[in-house]
Amino acid sequence: MVPLSYYLVLSGILFACGVTGFLIKRNIITIFMSIELMLNGVNLSFVAFAAQWHALRGQVFVFFVMVVAAAEAAVGLAIIIAVYRTRETLNVDRVNLLKL
Amino acid sequence: MTPNLNLWLIPVLPLIGATINGLFGKRFSRQTVSAIALGFSGAAFVRALWILVQASASTLPHIESLAPWIRSGDFQVDFAFYLDQLSLVMLLVVTGVGFLIHIYSVGYMWEESGFYRFFAYLNLFMFFMLTLILASNYLLMFIGWEGVGLASYLLIGFWFTKDSAASAGKKAFIVNRIGDFGFLIALFLMIKHFGSLNFEQVFQSVSGMPTEVAGAGLLTSIGLLLMVGAAGKSAQIPLYVWLPDAMEGPTPVSALIHAATMVTAGVYMVARSHVIFDHAPQALMVVAIVGTLTALFAATIGVCQTDIKKVLAYSTISQLGYMFMACGVAAYSAGIFHLMTHAFFKGLLFLAAGSVIHAVGGEQDMRRMGGLRHHIPWTFWTMTAATFAITGVPLFAGFYSKGEILWRVYSSGNTVLWLIGVLTAFLTSFYMFRLWFMTFFGEYRGETAADHDDDHVHAISSSPTAPAAHGHGGIHESPKIMLIPLVILAVLSIFGGSAGGKRFDKFLSPVLHNHMAVDGADATTPAPEEKEQHGLEILLESVSVLAAAAGLFLAWLLYQRRPQLPQEIAHALGGFYETVVHKYYVDEIYAAVFVKPLIDGSTRILWHGIDQDVIDATLDNSAEGAREVSDAVRHMQSGNLRSYAGWIAAGAAVVIAYMVWMGTR
Repeated sequence: MVPLSYYLVLSGILFACGVTGFLIKRNIITIFMSIELMLNGVNLSFVAFAAQWHALRGQVFVFFVMVVAAAEAAVGLAIIIAVYRTRETLNVDRVNLLKL
Repeated sequence: MTPNLNLWLIPVLPLIGATINGLFGKRFSRQTVSAIALGFSGAAFVRALWILVQASASTLPHIESLAPWIRSGDFQVDFAFYLDQLSLVMLLVVTGVGFLIHIYSVGYMWEESGFYRFFAYLNLFMFFMLTLILASNYLLMFIGWEGVGLASYLLIGFWFTKDSAASAGKKAFIVNRIGDFGFLIALFLMIKHFGSLNFEQVFQSVSGMPTEVAGAGLLTSIGLLLMVGAAGKSAQIPLYVWLPDAMEGPTPVSALIHAATMVTAGVYMVARSHVIFDHAPQALMVVAIVGTLTALFAATIGVCQTDIKKVLAYSTISQLGYMFMACGVAAYSAGIFHLMTHAFFKGLLFLAAGSVIHAVGGEQDMRRMGGLRHHIPWTFWTMTAATFAITGVPLFAGFYSKGEILWRVYSSGNTVLWLIGVLTAFLTSFYMFRLWFMTFFGEYRGETAADHDDDHVHAISSSPTAPAAHGHGGIHESPKIMLIPLVILAVLSIFGGSAGGKRFDKFLSPVLHNHMAVDGADATTPAPEEKEQHGLEILLESVSVLAAAAGLFLAWLLYQRRPQLPQEIAHALGGFYETVVHKYYVDEIYAAVFVKPLIDGSTRILWHGIDQDVIDATLDNSAEGAREVSDAVRHMQSGNLRSYAGWIAAGAAVVIAYMVWMGTR
């Protein structure tokens, strides 16, 4: 059996990738995908623990996270389309209308 | 059962007048303003007379509690009024003389632009003075005490655009604060030790205490502190300096506040607190000494003054000294008697002086007067009556009251004080007749009639109150409305003393019974000795009359017979004369010793040091620091989405690092 720590390290790497991508990328779509990556990193650690401790709760959490992520994707993509229509760009650095 | 006297009406009536005139007077005509002011102060006088009639039938003292004021545990102070023979005398003097001076002021102030303001203040003063007199506890008395100080300040500074008047008002106020400080501490001591400020309770507690003959104890401290307050209000050494400056106010104010009524509040307070003083002989001795020294000191300064009002101011201080001298030998009734006669003749002197000043077009320097007796005969004759009264010419009011004081001082065994008193009587006579001769006799030394200031109080002639028109340009008699009060006061100055010290003493005896007990001891002495005493009294009175006559003669010699002689004498005296002319440099000494260090200290330490360098600097620097910090931090909020995410990530990293560190510890 693969030890728990392997899963956790992989989960951490996935999350770190997500964070890094969020920070350095300018394209909104990419940033959006980085967020999904972070969520999935977290999901991985949930299921790993669930398997380790034979507890179903962790797996149930994963389903919730996936549902939320799906909903977020729907709303988020809609927002991205709306932003693109008004700003004609997907560069987040230029989406700064709230700044004074 | 005593009838309801409605004492509260007396102070409240002038207050109504003050309120109406103060709030709406600007829109009223001068006639309306004077009608309101005279109406309400006159009503107070009528009330006082009515109470005199009622009260003599009813039993005094009469207490009237209006409303509770402070209730704190056992300690309670009410808005309550207290009427006994002592307050009745004061009541009549204040309302009576006050009303007359109100009448006079209508004529005197007619041309002034602040006419309504003047009468509002004057009525306000009456309100506070009557509160002071009728209060049934020290705290309410203190309200009146402070209130008359306020009214005095407002009226001294009536011509507030004039710098000297404004600063004279301030000086009076501040010097009075010093006295009030003593008064307040005395009140605190009373609250602490007697748990009450009501006259009756305090005096009852005090009566139960032993007389502090040897060591100075609680009662002596209270007495001395009360005397500090009285010295401030009644212009005694060392706090007298404000009164001469207070002459910057309009002359009726000098007459009402700074001669007849307010400055006598200290005497009234000491007489009111006589139970305390009777139990503290040392405090009483201090009162006597302060009074005597003030009487002499102020009289010597008065001799060298050339401003007619300043002479009267120093004379007032000196006469107040007499009153304290009387109180100091436990002859309170003599002090109050002199207070009353003094209110008549000094009020009259000031009003007559105002009439003189009016006549010569605002000139106050006696060296530029002279020979006025033919021009202003009414003023001359009334002033003569007052001068005779103050110098103690037999059968005039001052003769009785001053004689009574000197007799009581002598019979109490204080021969030195008596001698100083007689010397002061001589000086009083000298400076008063000097004023009299310089003003009314000889040749007119002022500017010629053509130079007479036409802007001065003249339009009075066009007023319905004084229909008698008088020509412009000359020295002229005052209008009738000013002369009537003069005449009434002159009559009072002549006959006011015939009530006699003995009868007065008897009238006040229910209030001042403590010292009557001493008198009672006297009464048990054999009759022949009393007769002997009576002979002695006559002898002593002749001595003071002789002193007055000597003063008159000297004044006649120097200012009538040989007018050049004073110059030579002044020259011969040299430095001493200079010192006296400059009022012993007391103002200068106070300025150097108290005022200048205070101003310097306030400027350097309190203003520059504490206010600017500590308080302001703290605020400025904290504001500056907050701005610098936020200046540095505000760049975090860039509006850039990724930088926000970076901050979140960094924050999360810090939290995780902290938790890891905590976990591994």
